[in-house]
Amino acid sequence: MTAPLDLDEVPPSLVSSMSARRKFKNGLATTWLVVSVIVALVPLGLVMFYVIQRGSAVFGIDFLTADIPVSRRALGPGMGPAVLGTLLITGAATLMAVPLGILGAIYLNEYGGKGRFASLVRFMSQVMTGVPSIVMGLFIYTVWVLTFGQSGFAGALALACLMLPIVIRSTEEMLRLVPDDLRQASFALGNRKWRTIVTVVLPASIGGITSGCMLAVARAAGETAPLLFTIGVVNSANPNLFDGPNTALSAQIFRNAQIPFTGPQDRAWGAALTLILLVLILTVAARWVSSRFAMKQA
Amino acid sequence: MIGIPEKAVKSMSDALPADALPSVTIPIGSAGDSGDAGAVAAPARVVFDIDDLAVYYGAFRAVRDVSIEISQHEITAFIGPSGCGKTTVLRCLNRMNDLIEGCRVEGQINYHGADLYGPKVDAVEVRKRIGMVFQKPNPFPKSIYDNVAFGPKLSGVRNRSELDDLVERALTQAALWDEVKDRLKASAMGMSGGQQQRLCIARTIAVNPEVVLMDEPCSALDPIATARIEDLMQELKAEYTIVIVTHNMQQAARVSDRTAFFTAEVNPAGDQRTGVLVEYDNTQKIFSNPGDERTENYVTGRFG
Repeated sequence: MTAPLDLDEVPPSLVSSMSARRKFKNGLATTWLVVSVIVALVPLGLVMFYVIQRGSAVFGIDFLTADIPVSRRALGPGMGPAVLGTLLITGAATLMAVPLGILGAIYLNEYGGKGRFASLVRFMSQVMTGVPSIVMGLFIYTVWVLTFGQSGFAGALALACLMLPIVIRSTEEMLRLVPDDLRQASFALGNRKWRTIVTVVLPASIGGITSGCMLAVARAAGETAPLLFTIGVVNSANPNLFDGPNTALSAQIFRNAQIPFTGPQDRAWGAALTLILLVLILTVAARWVSSRFAMKQA
Repeated sequence: MIGIPEKAVKSMSDALPADALPSVTIPIGSAGDSGDAGAVAAPARVVFDIDDLAVYYGAFRAVRDVSIEISQHEITAFIGPSGCGKTTVLRCLNRMNDLIEGCRVEGQINYHGADLYGPKVDAVEVRKRIGMVFQKPNPFPKSIYDNVAFGPKLSGVRNRSELDDLVERALTQAALWDEVKDRLKASAMGMSGGQQQRLCIARTIAVNPEVVLMDEPCSALDPIATARIEDLMQELKAEYTIVIVTHNMQQAARVSDRTAFFTAEVNPAGDQRTGVLVEYDNTQKIFSNPGDERTENYVTGRFG
């Protein structure tokens, strides 16, 4: 019934008025963006490819549980002590840094406001974010290791120092996103300030806080420099954080990769794969947790 | 709070006999069983007696010379142009202004005969008796049930069936129960604006306050939702005393028993504007036969 549309016949006012020069620029910019993404992805893909390819040679249940061979030339698995050490040290660091950081951020956003002290703390935590991780290791070495000796706990302290500013900053950002309307509504119901924070502000921002903390944990789990001076090295598992040297995956990667034999080098690749998997699991868990909370909220 | 004038406030409240203060506790739970709350207010049933109120934000005087008596089980409307201090005065009534840094109140606000700003009065306790509904619906990002149960839980109600009853009663009073009874566990954020505002009203009345303050409760709503809230106010009037700030003169004329008209005066000293109370009277009189020319100009739309 309807006449077939003549696609060539467009009202003159709808014809593109873009000049050829403009079209060329547009195309160039778009191409540039796409190429940038690809170039940025290349190293990421290569890293994943190599780590999986080389690491899977030794990876397995044995690798995760067996002791690290004492002989440098020994082939085959064994990173158990490092897996345990990484979990313990990162866990202890999280237990120290996350509650402290969240409480600090609550102070900054809910109580300190624009006060001089709060501004100073905020500025210092910003500066601390930029402190190289090896400096944190040296700091703990000076104030702790020289007196009490190397231990997993010393490493946890160094990692906690590293995590603290990240937790503070990400939590404060999340708290700032909570609309003031909600606080007002809570106050108007006769809710005290601390209860408003506990019952309204934190539940409303818990998703974001969780993922911020998990990012800090993932970052700490992969740090090597703060552990170099603080935890020492062992070849068999040391479940006691407070007594005697310990080891961690990142420190083992650093050690083993420098040894010119096949066995240790394979183990270094395996440790790298383990670490990446660990961080991946943590990140996925963080996303899951925060999306669960977000669903409850939204 | 700042320097010298703070002293003035202090000395004012110090001058009051401390014995007069405990009577603030009298109105607890008096929301339902009208008037006989306190011997003080019994004859006139005056809830708020505001005398010569002035509010400062820092050095800036936002409102001055406000004297109003607000009666129980009435709807009192505050009208006036933007920046005339109606909301400021409203927020003085449950001490929400305490939360604003640098805000200072001078003059006297008596709540059932007791100084609302007396040294022994806890602003948190005040807000439990004098609830507030805000301009923008602000439900918590929780379920509908948890929103309404929030206040009762705070005051220590833990019993599940008691909470269920309280939630149902508040939602019924807020004319929302039939719409949401099948999805109490759903998030409040998924409701329409009008429903959210009624939920906020339900949340406020769930703590059984004596007074409900409403700060332009309908300004973000469409006419149908507005009509529902206005009907609701008429029903709530039997149990609560309501003070409403509105930009909408028709609304004030429709719902309120008494109306206070505020306007903003340019200070002779600078270009800052200070709100003043022009006239306070029966709504009928304000809209049909106002005593002040400024009121007449405003209600007839000739305001300059």
